[in-house]
Formats: sequence, C-alpha cells, structure tokens
Amino acid sequence: MFDNVWLIPLFPLIGFLINGLFGKKIKNETVIGGIGAFAVLCSFVVSCMTILKLLSLPGEERLANVKVFTWITSGNFNADIAFLVDPLSCVMIMIVTGVGFLIHVYSIGYMHGEEGFYRFFAYLNLFMFSMLLLVLGNNLLLMFVGWEGVGLCSYLLIGYYFHKKSAGDAGKKAFVMNRVGDFGFLLGAFTLFWYMGQSHNIWTIQFTELAKNSYLLPTGGIVTVITLCFFVGATGKSAQIPLYTWLPDAMEGPTPVSALIHAATMVTAGVYMIARMNYLFIRSPETLMVIAVIGACTALFAASIGTAQNDIKRVLAYSTVSQLGYMFLAMGAGAFAAGIFHLMTHAFFKACLFLGSGAVIHSMHEALHHAHSHDDAQDMRNMGGLKSKMPLTFITFLLATIAIAGIPGFSGFFSKDEILWQAFANPHHGSLNYLLWGMGAIAAGLTAFYMFRLVFMTFYGESRITPKAKDHLHESPMVIVLPLIVLAALSVVGGYIGIPKILGDSLGGIPNYFEHYLEPVFRYSQEYLAQHPAHGGAHPSHAVEWGLMGLSVLIAIIGITIAFTMYVKNTELPKKFVAAFPALHRAVYNKWYIDELYDFIFVNPTKAAGRMLWKGFDVVVIDGIVNGVANVVMSFGGVLRYVQSGLLYNYAWSMALGVVVILSYYVFK
Amino acid sequence: MENLNGYLIVSAILFSIGTIGVLTRKNAIVMFMCIELMLNAVNLTFVALSRHMGNLDGQVFVFFVMTVAAAEAAVGLALMIAFYNNKETIDVSEVNSMKW
Repeated sequence: MFDNVWLIPLFPLIGFLINGLFGKKIKNETVIGGIGAFAVLCSFVVSCMTILKLLSLPGEERLANVKVFTWITSGNFNADIAFLVDPLSCVMIMIVTGVGFLIHVYSIGYMHGEEGFYRFFAYLNLFMFSMLLLVLGNNLLLMFVGWEGVGLCSYLLIGYYFHKKSAGDAGKKAFVMNRVGDFGFLLGAFTLFWYMGQSHNIWTIQFTELAKNSYLLPTGGIVTVITLCFFVGATGKSAQIPLYTWLPDAMEGPTPVSALIHAATMVTAGVYMIARMNYLFIRSPETLMVIAVIGACTALFAASIGTAQNDIKRVLAYSTVSQLGYMFLAMGAGAFAAGIFHLMTHAFFKACLFLGSGAVIHSMHEALHHAHSHDDAQDMRNMGGLKSKMPLTFITFLLATIAIAGIPGFSGFFSKDEILWQAFANPHHGSLNYLLWGMGAIAAGLTAFYMFRLVFMTFYGESRITPKAKDHLHESPMVIVLPLIVLAALSVVGGYIGIPKILGDSLGGIPNYFEHYLEPVFRYSQEYLAQHPAHGGAHPSHAVEWGLMGLSVLIAIIGITIAFTMYVKNTELPKKFVAAFPALHRAVYNKWYIDELYDFIFVNPTKAAGRMLWKGFDVVVIDGIVNGVANVVMSFGGVLRYVQSGLLYNYAWSMALGVVVILSYYVFK
Repeated sequence: MENLNGYLIVSAILFSIGTIGVLTRKNAIVMFMCIELMLNAVNLTFVALSRHMGNLDGQVFVFFVMTVAAAEAAVGLALMIAFYNNKETIDVSEVNSMKW
C-alpha cells in the first residue's frame, strides 16, 4: 500500500552523500544548493502522495507498517528498519519536508558566498534524513537513531562558524544538554521493553504492538516511571525547564538552521514522541500533571525573558521555548491533537519569523559592512525604520507576528485558544486547571507584547543604524523572499483546518478536521479514558468558553497596546521603566541568572571534580602505577648492566663456567 | 679398534689446552688458534668414535665442522684486521666499547 514510503528519508540521504563526499569538488553553489533542495523536494512530493493515499482510506484503516528489512534479531529482541504510516506521522513528514524545502531554498540565497557552502547543505540534508527517520520509524530504536541523528546535526550546524569560540561552545552546550535528555529516553525505552516482556511476555519495541497491548499496562506505578523517563528525554530535545538553556545559545548557528531545527522541526520531536506514545502517558495522571505544570511554567518563564532581550534572534529563541511550553501544556492536558495542531501552526509562523529575521540580519550585515561599521547586525537597538526599506519582509513578518500573538482569524489563534481551553476544561488536573489556564493566558499576553516590541523596534520608528549604512539597506533577493511569502500565507490560513468546535458550531457546523483526522492515532487513549473516566474538571458551559476566548484575545490586545505605547508612541517609556525597576530589569535581561545558577550548581562542580580526578587520581595514582613499574624495571637494569662488561674473556669465562655447572649437574646427579 | 681410550684421552687433552688458551690469552690470534684446537679435538673424537661404532655419521659431521671452521677463520681474520685498523692492536681486552 505505502511501498514507496522508504523513499522519503532516502532522498535527503542521497543528497547528503553527494554534497558531503563531492561538494568540495563541485564548488558551484547553484549545483550544491540545487541538489540539497531538490532532494527535499522529492521527499516532499512522495510525502504528498503518501498523505493523499492515506486520506483516501477510511479512518480505521489509516495505519501501515512498511518493513524495508530486518535490522536486528537477538533472542526476544527484534528491530526492523520499518516505517509507520499513520495520520500523525503523515502530518509530521508534511511539516518536515514542506517547511524544510522552503528553508533549503531560502538557504541558497542566505548562505551565498559563505565558506563551506557545501558543508552546510550536506548537514542540512543529513538533518532532514534523521528527522524523517525519527518521525517515520515504527519502533523505539529506529526513532532513537533519528533522535540522536538530529541531535548530532544540531550540534554540527550550531557550530557551523566553528572558528568563533562562542559558536563552538553553544554547540557543545546543546549536545551535552541533549545527552542528559537522551539518557532519560533510553531508560524509559529499556524499562518499557523490560516490563512488557517480563510481566506479559510481549517482547516488542514496535509502536503499533505496544499500542495494541497497552490495555495490559497498569495506571500509574511503573507507567509513571517510564513516562517520566521519556519526558526527561522530551525536555532535553524540546528545550523545556530545566533543560532549556541550550536553545537560546543555539542561535549562534546560521539563521536558516535556527528556523528549521530550532523552531520548526527538531525541537518539536519531544512533543511528537509524547503524542506517539499517548497511550502510555494517559495512564499516568502524575506524569500528565508534571508535563502540564512544566509546560505552563516554561511558557510563562521563557516569555518573561523574551520581553527584555535586544538580540532579534534571541527574542525568537525564547519565544520558541515559550511556544513549546504551550505544546507540552496541551500534552499534559491530554489534548494531544491540540498540541500537534499548535506544533504545525507554530512551524509555519515561527519558521516565517526566523527567516524574516534572517533577511533583516542579512540586509543589516551587508549595510554595516559597506559602512565599515562594527555594530551588531542582530541588535534591535541598531535597527528601526526598516518598514520602507524591506516592505515584503515587513509584511510577511507582521502576518506571522499577528499569528503568534493569537489574533482571531490567524492560525496561532485557533491552536493557542484550543490549548488554553483544554488546559481549563480537561478532566485530569482538578482545580490546578485554573492556574494552568492563568499561566497560559499571561504567557499569551507576554507573547503578544514581546513580539510586537520586536516588530516595532525593528520595522517602525526612526532608523538607528549609522547614516552611512542606511542607504545600503535593501530588500532581499526573491530566493529569500519567496519562502517568506509561502510561510506567511500558511501562517494565515493554516489554522482553518482545525477550527475549535465551539467556533465551528456557531459558524454553521464546520467540523474540526484536524482533530477528526488525528483521532485514529489517539484511539487507545480514548478507549482508556472511556473505561477510566477522570473526574477532575467541571464541564464549563459554552458561555464560559466564549468568555475565556474573549479574555485571551483581550490579553493579547493589551500586550500589543502596551508594546505600541512603549516602543512607538512614547519611546522614553522603556527607559523610565528600567529606571523605576532596575533590579527587575537586570534579572530579566540576564535571563533570571539561570545560566549562572547552572554554572554554579552543575558546571563548576563537574569541572572541579574533573580537575580533581585529573590532578589527584590520574596524575598521582594512574601515572604513579605506570611510572612506578617503569622505575622498578629501570633500577633492576641499573644493577644488572654491570654484568655486561663488554670484555671478551669475561664472556668466555662465564660460558665455560656455565658448561661446567651444567655438565657437573648431569654427571654427579 | 682396541685403543679407543688413547684417542679420547688425546682429544680431551687437546680440548683442555684449547679451552685454557681461550680463557687465559688476550691475543686474538692466539685465542683463535686455541678455538681451532678445540674444534680439532672434537673432530678427533668424532672420527675415533665413528670408527669404533662402525657408523659413518660422525665422519660426516667432521666435514661440516671443517667447513664451518674455514668460514669462521675467514670471518674472524677479517674482523681482526678491521679491529687492528682501528686500534693498532689485537688485544681483546681493548675490545670493550660494546658494554653498558
């Protein structure tokens, strides 16, 4: 049925091999970029064919395991190279290949003239391969291969400008923090495999097999342990508290990388993983609560940091962390479809925002370069007034900003409102729901504020760039602008496939297509909930839902108004505000000192322990043993060397004596 | 072969003279001659016993020993000339640069 699905990850792999092995010799940027983008385009076409075929099937048949070959067989343990085609993985491959293709095209323009152009496209294609393996793999092990692969590519691409120390450090930080999470993922996978095998004699790591047998799993207990381990993995990959600090630093990589890996695709792997194993997570109310609380906290916390950053990419990075927090809030509320929906809309508008910021940085960089200025091209304090210079970039950026701010009619509104509603009305967390909703709503207000602050500082007002550079500011080439337009269009209309039920009903019964489409994936969770109804939440009336929706929109509008007042109307206000609350501003500006705290708690003790083991254990004990053996041998040699006199008759005498001794032994024995 | 003991005694005397010569003399040529003496003492034993036991193997060995001795003489004398060219002496107590 889906026999050609294995082609989807294959094309980027081929692209990676061609560019990786021969890119240095090809040299021609158009060819290299063309190969990279074309490989992803092929994947995208196959993905489209796959999803069309899937949609032509009735709902309950939309599931297929496509085995390519047997990978590992060892006793009870079986792992295949096999791909899982179901509504969830189809959504993911569409996002990954679709957004990925646009970003590849954009990169051809953005990376023009960079050293190691071929290296960039090779890594990018390797990333696409790993990400597709992650979302298509039909068992935990194959998913883990992709999981590690995207981590590796993330490391390679963050450190793309490796001659800059900060980029190398950021890459290492991302890699190490991801390793902490990966450890959790592995522990979870091992425990799950072991438990299902030991207790129920079902030795499998296949997702469909696990789902079918999930009715054997208890509620809580071992499942809580397993799901918490998996969630640790998700916090690492998806930058949630406490493992989020690597993502803002990851902005050291080129901007297309930030858009593709650190906004649209890789960082959502944790959300995808939870949705993929929803039947596990739904069985542990404790884990759901942890996920919801962590998600809400991250959404609020990261949004608060975003309000005071001046680096355009850093604001977007914290925004990404915050939006990922929303997705986890949805997961924790048991609203898996809403989380995946937000994942999709977020991929559209955040990729658009990152690429737009890349276009701005690109233009700023060139202008500053022409003017021989050493000002920071990413600092919003140097920007301003770009609206007239880069009209297309501005319009696309504005549309994506409106979408992320949650203004009705744009995609972000539908997904975010659905999440907030689910956080309020879900049956799992009792009165905690009010708090979750409150945190989410405040975070939504902060999001609207800092995003419009970014827009106003960048595109409005007077230009703050050096006058000499100002004339060199210009709109980017079409290869950069076209992806922006497509993504902006998607950010506007992408939400209409998942209109929340209450809105759809009042508009004349438009169903929530997206939720309906994903239903088969969450079937086992629904069955479980039907048997074990959770009684935590009330059933709020429609009036409450309308009220909450209006409230969240109102909060967003308040955020925008404040941003407008502070950064357009009365630009002295921010300075007054800083002067009035110096301690608060310093704390927020320095990211609540979390990096310093981690340095103090983890990094420095680890370094100290390392130094102690080096100077104490390695130098004294290990080297002592090795050198000691050598010294003993040497001193024996020093004594014995006097036997070797070098005089012929001494040797002759010792030979003769030896013969006499041996002979007399045999004669007189 | 009624007088085997005589041959063996002569051979033992020759071998002992050779050994003592090697151990006590310092002149390389004299030592060399002493080694030849030892070899020939052994040859004499081989031949005597070969005859006594009616087995030709011992005599075959003698040919080998003589061949090796000839080669040894050639190599040894060449070494001594090379040594003399360097040190203007063939006293083996001067050969001590290979120690430690």
